[in-house]
Amino acid sequence: MPQPKRKAAWIRLVEQNAGLVLSAVLLVIAIVLYCAIYYAAQGRLPGGFELTTTVNNTMPLVFAGAAQAIVVITGGIDLSVGGVIDLTNALAALYLGDSPLSMVLCTIGVIAVGGACGLLNGLLVAYGRLQPILVTLATLAIFQGLAIRVLPAPGGSVPEAYTAILANFEAPYSLVFIVVLLVVWALVRRTSIGVGIYAIGNDDLAAKSSGVKNLRSRVTAYVLSGMLAAVAGLFLVANATSGDPTTGNGYTLRSIVAVVLGGISLFGGRGTPISAVIGAFVSTMIVNILFFAQIDPLYQSFFEGVFLVVAVLLTAIISRLMRRRAVA
Amino acid sequence: MDSPSALDPPAEAAGPSAPLLVECVGLRKTFGGVVALNDADFNAIAGEVHALVGENGAGKSTLIKAIGGRIRPDAGTIRIKGQAQALGAPEDGHALGIRTVFQELTLLGGMTVAENLLIGREPRGRLGFIHRRRMGEEAEALLARMGIEHIDPLALVEETSLAERQIVEIVRAINNRPDILLLDEPTSSLVEREVNWLYGQIEELRKRDTCIIFTSHRWHEIRNVADRITVFRAGRHVGTFEDIDESEAITLMTGKRVSTLYPAVPPLPARDAALEAKGLRGGRLNGVDLTLHKGEILGVGGLAGHGHRELFFSLFGAERTSGGEILVGGKPVRLASPRQATRRGIDIALVPEDRKTEGLFLGMSIRNNMTLSVLGRISSAGVLNFGAERRVAEEMARRLGVRMQGLRHPVGSLSGGNQQKVLIGRWLLMEPRILLLYDITRGVDVATKHELYELVSRLAGQGHSILLYSSDAEELAHLPHRVLVMREGRIARELAGPDMTAESIVSAAVRDTAQS
Repeated sequence: MPQPKRKAAWIRLVEQNAGLVLSAVLLVIAIVLYCAIYYAAQGRLPGGFELTTTVNNTMPLVFAGAAQAIVVITGGIDLSVGGVIDLTNALAALYLGDSPLSMVLCTIGVIAVGGACGLLNGLLVAYGRLQPILVTLATLAIFQGLAIRVLPAPGGSVPEAYTAILANFEAPYSLVFIVVLLVVWALVRRTSIGVGIYAIGNDDLAAKSSGVKNLRSRVTAYVLSGMLAAVAGLFLVANATSGDPTTGNGYTLRSIVAVVLGGISLFGGRGTPISAVIGAFVSTMIVNILFFAQIDPLYQSFFEGVFLVVAVLLTAIISRLMRRRAVA
Repeated sequence: MDSPSALDPPAEAAGPSAPLLVECVGLRKTFGGVVALNDADFNAIAGEVHALVGENGAGKSTLIKAIGGRIRPDAGTIRIKGQAQALGAPEDGHALGIRTVFQELTLLGGMTVAENLLIGREPRGRLGFIHRRRMGEEAEALLARMGIEHIDPLALVEETSLAERQIVEIVRAINNRPDILLLDEPTSSLVEREVNWLYGQIEELRKRDTCIIFTSHRWHEIRNVADRITVFRAGRHVGTFEDIDESEAITLMTGKRVSTLYPAVPPLPARDAALEAKGLRGGRLNGVDLTLHKGEILGVGGLAGHGHRELFFSLFGAERTSGGEILVGGKPVRLASPRQATRRGIDIALVPEDRKTEGLFLGMSIRNNMTLSVLGRISSAGVLNFGAERRVAEEMARRLGVRMQGLRHPVGSLSGGNQQKVLIGRWLLMEPRILLLYDITRGVDVATKHELYELVSRLAGQGHSILLYSSDAEELAHLPHRVLVMREGRIARELAGPDMTAESIVSAAVRDTAQS
């Protein structure tokens, strides 16, 4: 049989990770734009302080975006991300103590609660054969309700030491946690469950005929999503230094935005949570740009929407062009 | 046995001598109200290649799925290696050494060829995590061992062609060293050379005492490889034979005599050019010249990937060209979209190969699917006239002989051949002068093929001009007036008259014209 020329490794890498590459390009554009506007407004380039606050402000969305991405890759969607953040945020504000032991136990406990929330979603979706959008819409309301029950009004306190670890104001130490996230994901991707998460997102029936454990993969994806959303809740509480049972509400939609800006297909089976991390930063940069462009905060969401449409259009056009090239 | 005695079926094969590896007794399966298997018996032994033949809807695929564990029969027993088994999931079949290559491919499009090949048996590193680099190397070695060098293991499946996917699927099944290998239409998307590769693999497996059960609609293929042939009709086992010729088999499959598969080629009227291409370029096309005359059936053949798909889609305006000219009725036309191609005065219609993704809406009714092309004509003031719609669809369904329960039923409930007729019907309603038929008989049973051939021949006789691509060289040798063989984006050879044989078409497709 004829042997056509194989593609160079780097071309294949770019083509197969188009979403990741595009989101990275988008981030570079956003950073350049931000620096320019910052310079025009402040007469100097942004420095270490700006970097630290940007990173600290983005960390909750980084984890919320990754949580959303894992479920999206299975072909589902998790609307309860915001509810899990509310609940875990409230729990952390209530129970975090000053001793290192308390902080460790509480962190583990909160992540476990997130995992349990995910387990509920996963069981209903996988075994109950219900639509993810319906299940998570319902559990979103349930988790939000529980959060209010746990912490009826904003309050509670976070030990300074805890904030120093997760949201240090001196330097962007929390970037370390992104590295941890990437390493953990790289390992998960190399297990049967990781393969299964992509397989079921591609084609549920085909995955089943290939011997993939469909139910187990799907449930695990939701559990991982719940745990990552809990981590997002922890970062949020550390950054705010106190709890708020409604502060996570916006994160459901923002996590979907991060996924989309990361170039991950909402149809599932393609993309990587890493690009949702980049998408989270793009999303923060857009807010920063609007701030320094002195847009009236009243119109902020209007312009955020416009930016989002432009970014998504750009991503779609570029990936279409790339596909055409690949075919030719 | 319910074959009419007047048809004198050939002598049935004697009972098998080797122990039975697969034994099905009294299988029954219904889907909704449709009986797919009706008290079906079947058996196969180790080291044999067993062909299952029958019309679409005869129950072959259902039987394969039942043996493979993809569906659970409503009644009856399946014994594998002598043990009765309740197979409810593919894993159950895998555990018993059964592997299936399904007709609707089961590969994961967004994942690499290597991931697909080795799913469930990925190489692991020291800590138990999947070793991605070694996975690529293993897949490469596996493909090479089986004589496949043109498929890149690191390419995503969705980047590969249909034929390549079929090969990957077969390689994956064989790599699991099955005792029983089930192949449901394994050759439907393969060209001659790849089919020969598959024969080689089957031969190897037979030597290892594997039991191979396959379905096919290509008779020469069945004759070439099968040790025994089992005929199914309407969900029942009609008979198992060691030696049976095509017309006898067709008679058993359909319950009626079919004298010849291919109708006589209709006489060609005056040589008026209906559609011409001059130096057509773009994509894989590298300067194609052709003339399709009025009332002519012009065949196009060649290996996959040599530009026929691009040619057909360019002539339909669905693919952009970078150079050359298209003339309809002697006048140059610009076809930038299918809309322009179907316009009055041009009247070109295309029936694509992949009817499920490129033409039909499986969940919608037969009626809606058929009348989609003429909604304007059967509406008044923008409002659809349901009565006119029904009349138009009814008439076309009758004209094409669509076998269905009713026009209201979804197209997805029809057999493949009948789906194809609905799609052809849609375009015929537009009264096109030029029909581009792209491999319309792929995966269609022999009786429906016969009907489609008669239809094509009749349409040509009525003055339609037909450009016909087929992956089946036999079909090209018999149906058209002339055949053009494409290679590397151009017409490499024109065959007509006595030179028009399956062998000459295949050899023109693979060899340089100077040598042939």
